[in-house]
Amino acid sequence: MAAETAYRLERPEKRLTLWYIAIGFAHLAVGILMGFLQGMEHAGINLYDAIPLIKHYYQGLSIHGVFNVLVFTTFFIAGFLTFVTSYGLERPMHSRTLSWITFGVMLVGLLMVDWSLLTNRASVLYTSYAPLKAHPAYYIGLALIVVGTLLLLANMVMTYLGWRRDNPDKRTPLMTFGALTTVIMWGLASVGIVVQFLFLLIPWSLGWTDGVDPLFSRTLFWFSGHPIVYFWLLPAYISWYFLLPRQVGGKLFSEPLARLSFLLFIPLSLPVGFHHQFLDPGVSEGYKAVHALLTFAVFMPSMITAFTVLASIETGGRARGGRGLFGWIRALPWNDPSVTGQLLAMVLYSLGGISGLVNASYNLNLVVHNTLFVPGHFHLTVGTATALTFMAISYWLIPHLRERQLWSRKLALVQTWLWFFGMAFMSRGMSWAGIEGAPRRTALGASTYFLEEWVNPTRLAAIGGVLLTISGTLFFINLILTWVRAPRTTEVPEVPVAVPLQDEPNMPTILDRFKPWVVATVIIVTIAYGPTIFRLVTTPGFQAPGMSPF
Amino acid sequence: MHIHRYERAWIILSGALMIVFIIAIAISTLALGVEIPGIRNRMAQVATAAPTPDAGWIRELAPDRYEVNLVARAWAFDPHEIRVPVGSTVTFYVHAADILHGFKIMDTTVSMMAIPGQMGETTYTFDKPGEYVFACHEYCGIGHHFMAGKVIVEER
Repeated sequence: MAAETAYRLERPEKRLTLWYIAIGFAHLAVGILMGFLQGMEHAGINLYDAIPLIKHYYQGLSIHGVFNVLVFTTFFIAGFLTFVTSYGLERPMHSRTLSWITFGVMLVGLLMVDWSLLTNRASVLYTSYAPLKAHPAYYIGLALIVVGTLLLLANMVMTYLGWRRDNPDKRTPLMTFGALTTVIMWGLASVGIVVQFLFLLIPWSLGWTDGVDPLFSRTLFWFSGHPIVYFWLLPAYISWYFLLPRQVGGKLFSEPLARLSFLLFIPLSLPVGFHHQFLDPGVSEGYKAVHALLTFAVFMPSMITAFTVLASIETGGRARGGRGLFGWIRALPWNDPSVTGQLLAMVLYSLGGISGLVNASYNLNLVVHNTLFVPGHFHLTVGTATALTFMAISYWLIPHLRERQLWSRKLALVQTWLWFFGMAFMSRGMSWAGIEGAPRRTALGASTYFLEEWVNPTRLAAIGGVLLTISGTLFFINLILTWVRAPRTTEVPEVPVAVPLQDEPNMPTILDRFKPWVVATVIIVTIAYGPTIFRLVTTPGFQAPGMSPF
Repeated sequence: MHIHRYERAWIILSGALMIVFIIAIAISTLALGVEIPGIRNRMAQVATAAPTPDAGWIRELAPDRYEVNLVARAWAFDPHEIRVPVGSTVTFYVHAADILHGFKIMDTTVSMMAIPGQMGETTYTFDKPGEYVFACHEYCGIGHHFMAGKVIVEER
């Protein structure tokens, strides 16, 4: 498998990638500011009056959630996957027109979402739990963004099929393989929210129907709502498996296991949504237990990832002269912010995985459900494994695409370490407060029942929040200056494509095909969700008219 | 397909760890009785009037045995103060009258979602005297953080 290539992205793909990433990061900047306000609020300092447009904690929190995990992730991923598909297959996207239509659809949707959130018409938090009712523009806007991701899926699959026709005997290049796995998984997973938005939320918010059954709506949401976390995570895995080993001077330790763990995410990401609904009356304990078991199963590909990625990095450390049991760690290129950012992201992600197992542990969920323990968990996963990795990717990708040097390598290094310590403090504080019972998504500073036990953990979380805000600020300064001011360079940073340690001439074909995995997904999902969905659809639901109390 | 023997061992150990966790959960659920909400399609046999989302009430069924019909609506619980003697076993029927709410009693294993159209049920024995704060733990609008109450467990 040839890793060296002279291929350069053509101009339209480059521009698309840059536009997506710029929009994503612009929203992350606003989202981080909102996060700072939340951390302060929990520690007893209310700053909401100082910020124009933001009327209260819950509006800020809605913006924080939607901008960070829906807008930033989706737009960055749309850009990054376009890049990875085109670069990996060494060809432009199948249809440029479709590419630009996709971008346009997502942008229109985004403007609708931005408007409704910033004008306090959609302060329903990112989960949008009916019967809390937002402005129709919010639901339609979010639906358009989802439609955009499905158009991207279609374009990527067509690009892949074109490549497959021209190269019938080749294995799919690894990074493109990862990108395809990501969007195929998401395409299957999106069925839940597509149905929820088209048939329940949009007609109801427009006044065409009288109400929504809250449990049914919630069940459809979590059908997509858990797999979406793998849609955020898998692009980071693409970098960890298929790019980072090269950045540290090593090779991919095991190609078959890398492929296997990606493919396992297709069937195992979906049938796990009830672990968000363990405490819902109206869903049977039996199916909740099935989803709990399958959540433990989806932990397995992440355990494989832990081994394969670390072993790949170790080959780099040893190639750079590292000796002994741990000497290779010191030998890694810690002066490269793109490497440091991703390695630190992995360290916190390991804790995020473990706290995720706690959440998924059926009756243990009684202790942590809807407490600050949960955001303590997912700020380590999406907030670090995903966000810090995307920042770290930007440290080489933006210079590569803009043909400019990184404005400041030192600032970038400081930024990654600040994010690491900030998140370690904040997550520890939140998890601690959560175990002491502090509810999440609550203006605790203004609450009537703030407990003594929550004082120290919320202060610790606030300190972490301050560090994160500083880190975010440094990132955006560096990003903007790299984008527009940094010196142009003819020595464009290369795309770090890792090659496997061993050639695998006899790799099973099933590890380079998607269809069997899609079929397996349909079967497992039918078993895990079928009876519950059937019961909810066939028994007359409770039509809650809803309200907008914000 | 070649798999390094260390990696094979790692995968087997990971799988074994998951199985240990699953056994621990099974024991705590089946043997220790720490249960989560499920489908409720029967009324409690001790109830003399059906628990409905219309109004909250507290009822003493027998010495040390209570039922509470708890209605959550923006932004208060009805009832918001529950007094029982120490050692009492209390069954909570939990309803949401308007939008989603949550019900969590601090320092206990009582926690569940309150969903319009569904009724949650849980039973807990209060063995230690004191004030137990309960709060709504699902966002329900701008007054969410005012939505709380307490169970006062009195000395005999």
